[in-house]
Amino acid sequence: MSSQTKSPETAAARENPARRRRRVDRLPYLLLLPALLIIGVLLLWPLGQVVVMSFYRLNSVRQLRGDREWPWVGFGNYVDILSDPFFLTVLRNTVLFAAANVLLTMVLGTLVGLLLNRLGRKMATFVASCVMLAWATPALTGTIVWKWIFDDTSGLVTWLFNALPDGLSNSLFGRSDWTGYGWFNSPLLFFAILTLVVVWHSFPFIAVSVLAGLKSVPSELHEAARVDGASPWRVFWKITFPLLRPVFGILIVLSTIWDFKVFTQQFVLAGGTQDRPTFMLAIYSYAEAFSPPPKYGLGAAIAVILTLILLVVTGFYVRMVLRQEDES
Amino acid sequence: MKKIALNGAGLLVALFAAFPVYWMISTSLKPSSEIFSATPQPVPTHPTLAHYREILTGNLIPGVSFLDFFLNSALVAVSTVVLSGLVALLAATAVARFRFKLRTSFLIMLLVVQMIPLEALVIPLFLMIQRLGLYNTLPSLILTYLGFSLPFAVWMLRGFVAAVPKELEEAAAIDGASRAQIFRRVLFPLVAPGLVATSIFSFITAWNELIFALTFINDQGSYTLPVAMTFFFGRDDTNWGPVMAASTLFTLPVIIFFLLVQRRMVSGLVAGAVKG
Repeated sequence: MSSQTKSPETAAARENPARRRRRVDRLPYLLLLPALLIIGVLLLWPLGQVVVMSFYRLNSVRQLRGDREWPWVGFGNYVDILSDPFFLTVLRNTVLFAAANVLLTMVLGTLVGLLLNRLGRKMATFVASCVMLAWATPALTGTIVWKWIFDDTSGLVTWLFNALPDGLSNSLFGRSDWTGYGWFNSPLLFFAILTLVVVWHSFPFIAVSVLAGLKSVPSELHEAARVDGASPWRVFWKITFPLLRPVFGILIVLSTIWDFKVFTQQFVLAGGTQDRPTFMLAIYSYAEAFSPPPKYGLGAAIAVILTLILLVVTGFYVRMVLRQEDES
Repeated sequence: MKKIALNGAGLLVALFAAFPVYWMISTSLKPSSEIFSATPQPVPTHPTLAHYREILTGNLIPGVSFLDFFLNSALVAVSTVVLSGLVALLAATAVARFRFKLRTSFLIMLLVVQMIPLEALVIPLFLMIQRLGLYNTLPSLILTYLGFSLPFAVWMLRGFVAAVPKELEEAAAIDGASRAQIFRRVLFPLVAPGLVATSIFSFITAWNELIFALTFINDQGSYTLPVAMTFFFGRDDTNWGPVMAASTLFTLPVIIFFLLVQRRMVSGLVAGAVKG
């Protein structure tokens, strides 16, 4: 029902129907105006501006302030980035990291969601509360705690490895004394720990969403299948998954978007922007722009590349959500 | 047998999820000798508040204490919440209560802008902040976080406004209440719980944010808590006692707020994906 159809009944409208109607027409736009202004100025304008900046050579804050001119370089920044073999490393890091993290987060989250659905009420509440704790913890402090757990002298993991029988530790890893071992020094180990931190932070959302989905599915279907002797694996792929396909679709897209632009966890774990071998697109863009000497244009070009990749993923997401809205 | 296996798996999940939070709090209460002992203690055997006392009374840099950073963060977050809540309420009312030409376009735009990688906006927003002369000021962060939190706030509040029965407003209108009166006396009180929930999300967004705070603030006295923590505690041989105490103080408000509203989070993000 539209507001126009009901307005003639109001007292004001009876006095002056024409004026009243015109005011009602304009009201929604007036209400939207502040939000539109803010979104326009603080999100959309910068989004355009980052593209503009990527076409200039901007190497000082004075240029940003407008005190110095902006030399136009066309696609120069893009050529510099794409012809640098380092970009391939960064892209490979980003894509592999995102793929591994989306996969692990989805698998773990789904398993925990299914588990929560099967547990008794008290146990389910307890586990869900613990899972919420991981979700609620800010990326910053969550990462700091993991860093402490992997501390090279008094960290829990270092102690655990030291506690292994020397012979076993030697034959497996070629060392028995782990004190002082730099857990973050090799890129592969760094990414493994970063994956642990990111999956720890993000599986709760998947678990809770899957659980919400499961609750909305009539349980008779599962019971019937189980009575017929179907294995849990078959029940999941033949019944649960098809029914929850839309939920999974959205969750995968959201996870992909989040895992492509991980920044805080990496920044804290690496202790800044010096660890180039582990760079991914988000931190690469930031480091180029803000680590001295600043290269704002180059950083902007990397940011544009990241945005373009995410744009494709977002396209899928919006299509999915709109389809959902239409159906419900 | 099967039940034992399920419960065992449940306990493992609970341990994995909650352990870091437990370890943070536990470490913050241990004396340094216990933190750095060769064998980690599962629970603090001699619990102490010394680390809390140290960070709350000492100065991290001359003249600036942990509390100052805490207040900077709180000021930024609360300002963001108030502004974002106000603007979002107006926009949500427009979207939930009126049918107008650009309504669908606006909703699609809300979805799309939530997907903009904020990491990509650091450079252009840095430019804007420089031009506006807001570099090194807390308003630069309030402005930034306002933009970040608004789309989700509108998206979420929309549902709350739509849930208020229209008949109530119509009844008030028939009784001769003006639009402004209806908004203030009827709609606002009924949407207030939703506004609280939305505010908490805006608060968490602003409270947790690191990258922009790191970039826009250079003056140590104006650091927000996340920046102060990476700056003072991110160094090599870290004194984990005070770090964990500070982390706990930073984390607890978020966890409390979060638990109050987590239900809405799922329904907001997976909007409409699940029927019923």
